[in-house]
Amino acid sequence: MKNSRETRKEIPAISTASLPDIVFMILFFFMTVTTIKTNPLLVDNNLPKADQVKNLEKKDRVIEIFVGKPSQELAKTFGNEPKIQLDNRLANVNEVGPYVLAELAKKPDAIRNLVTVSLKVDKDVNVGIVSDIKQELRKINTLKVNYTTYQGNSLEN
Amino acid sequence: MDRDRKIPEVNAGSMADIAFLLLIFFLVATSIETDVGLDRKLPPNDTSPPIPIAERNIFRVALNKNNELFVEDGIMQLKDLQAAAIAFLDNGAGTIGSKEYCDYCQGERNAESSENPDKAIISFNSDREASYGMYVSVQNELTSAYNTLRNREAVRLFNQDYVSMEKAYYAPETAVEAKISLKKNIEQIRQMFPMKLIEAETHKKG
Repeated sequence: MKNSRETRKEIPAISTASLPDIVFMILFFFMTVTTIKTNPLLVDNNLPKADQVKNLEKKDRVIEIFVGKPSQELAKTFGNEPKIQLDNRLANVNEVGPYVLAELAKKPDAIRNLVTVSLKVDKDVNVGIVSDIKQELRKINTLKVNYTTYQGNSLEN
Repeated sequence: MDRDRKIPEVNAGSMADIAFLLLIFFLVATSIETDVGLDRKLPPNDTSPPIPIAERNIFRVALNKNNELFVEDGIMQLKDLQAAAIAFLDNGAGTIGSKEYCDYCQGERNAESSENPDKAIISFNSDREASYGMYVSVQNELTSAYNTLRNREAVRLFNQDYVSMEKAYYAPETAVEAKISLKKNIEQIRQMFPMKLIEAETHKKG
């Protein structure tokens, strides 16, 4: 404690030279682990929870279909009934088939058979609209579907 | 001459600011979640007439518009569904020596229930008014029934979890040779407990 007064006088400035390196490290971490949001959501999309889940890996082999009530600002024009979102527009059930076929046509031949349709459906939506979509998918013979969920205890749904 | 002068050092003081700017951009523009979900294969849209199936080999699960779960005409809580489905799939009532006999089943061998896992079919009907959350919960419980049984057999035969086998098979870092043997094992387990979960209308006789 004798020389505490002396040391206090000459605290060296903290070097910030490595700060950019640290920030770049964080940046690269985020660049690798995250995915860029493709579409703005037009519908409420509070997915149900499940625990027996599998990962949906490669993004290019997935076609997404969102279903839910239109979000608050859109509810004035579209009402409160659940709607289907394809890309960034709201659509009817009969547009699902042509949309999926158009998306399939954009994919290279080699992976066309491996494409999965990811159904991102709000948990408060009725099953009826989902089974209508599944009927549409059966008509165009795209049979691989994934009920996309959050990871969690399914008893809480 | 000018050339003899030292080139002045580039000021790197604002580097941190630039990096922060990029970082914040990525934080805002991206999302961290990777999608997970329950995989299902829809039945093809063919018009072949339905095959008659013995009533004992069908496990009927239904969801009404009030989100109430009915199993074989009796009301059931969601948490009991998994155990009931396992009891049905693992029943193995086929008699010893017959073609239907299931030597790995550990169920009660109740004559009223399924003959063997290969014949056992789970039929899931949902009212259009039922909520999707409940629907996924039921799907999840039924999947977990299959996974539990498959895990049990995989541990017995290969000393490895079925779910982790599948995960290793789909992981990109697994070597090709390992994948080939994994695929063989996975297929064997799938054959022991094939997932026969149908959502089409199954009509009762009489």
